[in-house]
Amino acid sequence: MTLTGKDYKNISVVVILLALAACLPLVSGAYLLAIGVTIAMYTVLATSWALFSGPTHYISLATAAFFGVGTYTTGIGIEYLPYWVLPIIAGVLGAVMAALVGLATLRLSGVYFVIFTLGLAELVRQVITWFQNFSGQKGLYVLTEITEVHIYWQLVGLAAAVYLVGWLIGRSRLGFALRIIGDDEEVAAHSGINTSRAKVLLFMVSGSVAAIVGAMLAPRYIYIEPLLAFTPMLSFQVVIMALLGGTGRLWGPIVGVIPFTFLWEAISASFPNQTTLLLGVCFLIIVYLLPRGFVGLLDKIRSKINAAEAYS
Amino acid sequence: MRTDAPVLSLRGVTKRFGGLVAVNDLDFDVAEHQVLGLIGPNGSGKSTTLNLISGAFPASSGTISLRGTPITHLAAQDITRRGISRTFQLVRLLPSMNVLENVKAGAVFGHRRRWGAEADSYAMQMLEQVGMARMAHAPIGQLTYIDTKRVELARVLASDPRLLLLDEWLAGLNPTELEEGIRLIKSLRDQGRTIILVEHVMDAIRSLCDHCVVMSSGAKIAEGTPEQALSDPEVIRAYLGDDDA
Repeated sequence: MTLTGKDYKNISVVVILLALAACLPLVSGAYLLAIGVTIAMYTVLATSWALFSGPTHYISLATAAFFGVGTYTTGIGIEYLPYWVLPIIAGVLGAVMAALVGLATLRLSGVYFVIFTLGLAELVRQVITWFQNFSGQKGLYVLTEITEVHIYWQLVGLAAAVYLVGWLIGRSRLGFALRIIGDDEEVAAHSGINTSRAKVLLFMVSGSVAAIVGAMLAPRYIYIEPLLAFTPMLSFQVVIMALLGGTGRLWGPIVGVIPFTFLWEAISASFPNQTTLLLGVCFLIIVYLLPRGFVGLLDKIRSKINAAEAYS
Repeated sequence: MRTDAPVLSLRGVTKRFGGLVAVNDLDFDVAEHQVLGLIGPNGSGKSTTLNLISGAFPASSGTISLRGTPITHLAAQDITRRGISRTFQLVRLLPSMNVLENVKAGAVFGHRRRWGAEADSYAMQMLEQVGMARMAHAPIGQLTYIDTKRVELARVLASDPRLLLLDEWLAGLNPTELEEGIRLIKSLRDQGRTIILVEHVMDAIRSLCDHCVVMSSGAKIAEGTPEQALSDPEVIRAYLGDDDA
């Protein structure tokens, strides 16, 4: 692998930013740290979502399904296993589930895929609820020594891993194949790309990461139940944040996550009963005004400047 | 391997769409270095035949083999990897990428797979061959119609195919472009490439094809050199009706 000077520069910038992010708990109070955890969580979820959905344009609403499976992995496993193996197990479960779902549904395109993934989270939630009716339990207590700071550092570490994986995929044949698939699947197949394998592989990456995030977040909730772990709101928020930032670049989603988290804080504090309504309004506004997110806006401005220079 | 073994052979190939038989019991062979013209009136099943060969959809029955190995039930990507590449009747390019990246798509995933600098330089060679090297970094949106066709052709060539399928590659070109287009395909022919052309332009068929297969209503009605095939009474009837036969 050959790295150019620009690559080294970008890598250094990312490492410094991640190191700065990791220092947040040393300087912040409890409230800021709580927001930090939320931002880190959505950064990881939205970035890994965009790894798959960005190039392929397949909108997945299955984030909550994978996240919930991860949460329950910790919820159930914490009684029998040491905590550190649980995110790994969750990652494997998420990948297996994504592979099964991917093989079954990625032949579907467009709206069918969206609906299937939305239904998936609901299906898993109902199965767990039904199962709990047998066991008589309503929810699970996750009592650990893990504090907010530990969760934060785990998430920052995971974010670093996701950026690394995304960067490597972007430079690989797989990344190129996905861009071709996103442009024209027919051309992709007729160029010799195994389209379903490429899509399933990337879907596994994003499913696995979402499950790991769920496993890491479970100790924060202390008490988990299906409605909390599999909330469809999570899937929608991830999509909105990723689209707000823009999915064309690896750094796109985080640019959406940070402002949206603060906006969301403000909305839930001021209008606790209208959150869903306002989420929908935000979604409409973003899609109408910024169809390609902040990244697209930036590219547009840049090309305008370039054009202006060319004519001057 | 015998040199006279056909590159591609179709035996009893049939495609049904519900009750409609689009291709009916079709047999023909394509020899190495041959340019075969697949012609016939609109709706006679030419494009469907190309789609069956390229794996866009599966044949209902019959066998298609590439150098004796059946490929009838393979998916499009596997057929491409074995060395059959095609252009589309309506040009299909990758709109988010520039010209060079479009061509690289063929070089990276095709019959001979290349990557990195090798793929770039090979894609560039193909662009030179179709006369588009100076546009390598242009976005797709800036291209004229014939240039989009050239880029698509370069993408297909970049996969190093053993057999090239051109689906009405000359359709829609103006007279000057047509001349250029015929010259370009002639240059491919001179390189010794094996090609199946689906074409309506009679001048092109006469000057480019070694052999013609004429289809009508899904079936083969004549076969031979362009002169033989086009003077066949059956063919004249199919194109012009009974009175002129």
